[in-house]
Amino acid sequence: MAINFLYPEYEVIRDKDKCIGCRVCERQCANEVHSYDEDSGCMVSDNAKCVCCHRCVALCPTGALKIVKTNHTFRENANWTGEHICEIYRQAGTGGVLLSSMGNPKNYPIYWDKMLINASQVTNPSIDPLREPMETRVFLGAKPEKVEFNSKGEIKNNLTPQLKLDIPIMFSAMSYGSISYNAHESLARAAEELGTYYNTGEGGLHKDFYKYGPHTIVQVASGRFGVHKDYLNAGAAIEIKMGQGAKPGIGGHLPGIKVGDDISKTRMIPKGSDAISPAPHHDIYSIEDLRQLVYSLKEASDYKKPVIVKIAAVHNVAAIASGIARGGADIIAIDGYRGGTGAAPTTIRDNVGIPIELALASVDQRLREEGIRNRVSIVVGGSIRSSSDIVKAIALGADAVYIGTSALMALGCHLCRSCQHGKCNWGIATQREDLVRRLNPDIGYKRLVNLLTAWNHEIKEMMGGMGINSIEALRGNRLMLRGIGLTEVELNILGIKHAGQ
Amino acid sequence: MKRIYVDEKWCLGCHLCEYYCAFANSGKDDMAKALKNVKINPRIQIEEKDGISFAVSCRHCEEPLCVKGCITGALSVVDGVIQIDSDKCVGCYTCVLSCPYGAIMPSESDDGVVQKCELCLKNSHGKPACVEGCPNRAIIYEEKE
Repeated sequence: MAINFLYPEYEVIRDKDKCIGCRVCERQCANEVHSYDEDSGCMVSDNAKCVCCHRCVALCPTGALKIVKTNHTFRENANWTGEHICEIYRQAGTGGVLLSSMGNPKNYPIYWDKMLINASQVTNPSIDPLREPMETRVFLGAKPEKVEFNSKGEIKNNLTPQLKLDIPIMFSAMSYGSISYNAHESLARAAEELGTYYNTGEGGLHKDFYKYGPHTIVQVASGRFGVHKDYLNAGAAIEIKMGQGAKPGIGGHLPGIKVGDDISKTRMIPKGSDAISPAPHHDIYSIEDLRQLVYSLKEASDYKKPVIVKIAAVHNVAAIASGIARGGADIIAIDGYRGGTGAAPTTIRDNVGIPIELALASVDQRLREEGIRNRVSIVVGGSIRSSSDIVKAIALGADAVYIGTSALMALGCHLCRSCQHGKCNWGIATQREDLVRRLNPDIGYKRLVNLLTAWNHEIKEMMGGMGINSIEALRGNRLMLRGIGLTEVELNILGIKHAGQ
Repeated sequence: MKRIYVDEKWCLGCHLCEYYCAFANSGKDDMAKALKNVKINPRIQIEEKDGISFAVSCRHCEEPLCVKGCITGALSVVDGVIQIDSDKCVGCYTCVLSCPYGAIMPSESDDGVVQKCELCLKNSHGKPACVEGCPNRAIIYEEKE
């Protein structure tokens, strides 16, 4: 191109005194940023190709590399930021929709960071989880209206199917296709060891992973990829995906280039064909239609498995959730606007949907007001970043949380947000064999187990501080939260008082 | 006895093991100082072809041909580890020729004529540096039947 409008966003800084020319950076960069210059005997880099994934930085044995954001600047303008200008140049050059991945990175308010957790002092003693029993096990599914007895006075088992979670954290839906075989294996093995669940996403279930079935949630999405009777019965629960936080109202598109042998078999589509998930389910145009699918799936699985309906957090989420609860779902999963994706139009990812904190609070409130909160469990996802986010979510009314982005970060993801290119240097969001190999599930699953074990410890510590020894007693306990720097409207929606009140 | 094993399934061919080996045996305490502008001659080496790669170093054979062939007794088995006594080695390279893995090679350092992996037991690292430095657990140090 004669005129290059775009200056590289990141620059590779190499400390020449430390660089020993081992060329590991060159071998490990799928974007081909680094190369060895025979003439000068030095490593050189092409900054324009760098996505800032830190693979080279992490592997450089002498710590000779760092990546910095360029300080090259446009003339300062608070309205026309460099980002806007560059996007216009890019689109004027290509005529295409801008694509991005992972979650909304924009500077919107993060309500988790505007809520504070309570702790007991004199009158209600705190509990030390290292000395006293502390329960973080939860059961997801509809809870009966009342206890019933038979003629002999024994309690009748009127419980519908439940999911038993040893920790209130599950791995959210990420399809085989969007992430690699080794990433899936890591999630599956970690879920098994932790006593929780991972989710197939809409890509079907690879034949090797049926053995993790008791710890698998199988998803049915608008493309219905890989859905058949054995699939539905392989998992512990079935999830209907209506929407996704990163791209509410948008379907999915796995390019044919990623549909290799294994994925084609798993998704039940021809090799090399694009896997297109429509924006809507073409058989669902109302709550009644959704109810039909819920019951079709229950019928197909002999009423032995809870059915989850997953929706994106959008403006009228509370009314939708009420419909879903009445539509016969056992669990509602809500995905906030910060939720991740393997590819989405940037403008959708960054501008559509609402924060999960507000969606959760309003759904929980609405279901309670309607007296149907017991009919469903609520699982929330869309940027759960820490154990304190989880405690706050549960106090706002969630039964459990879904984590996707944080799980991938445990596997090595550095949030370079370039999944759509399929050249993930960490072996996660790629199907290229040499790159997939970089994620050894023996290491990956252990890192996931470590993360969730650590979080569970922290959750127990925070519960102990509040004088609560069972996570059930924290759920919806909004008195344990106080807002900080929030307006009256925000406090009302969240159903919490301001700090000091 | 604990030995070094390699798993080609997880080897990325990044060659880091070679550099960690060279550093561990350099006697220096800073990697950049030890290897800057140095053409390394590591005791572990990556073999690669057609997308498959793996690291090769001394297998510490139970019946080592190198030890049998050594004309001066410079090579010996100590607790299962094949070690080299540089003072005795005369540089006949019989061991270099007889090792079926190509894991013994001429040394470029001043204190010996040939070199081989001694599991980092004699250098300042104390345990195999290639194993610790492998980013994908493709080289492991363990006891196997």
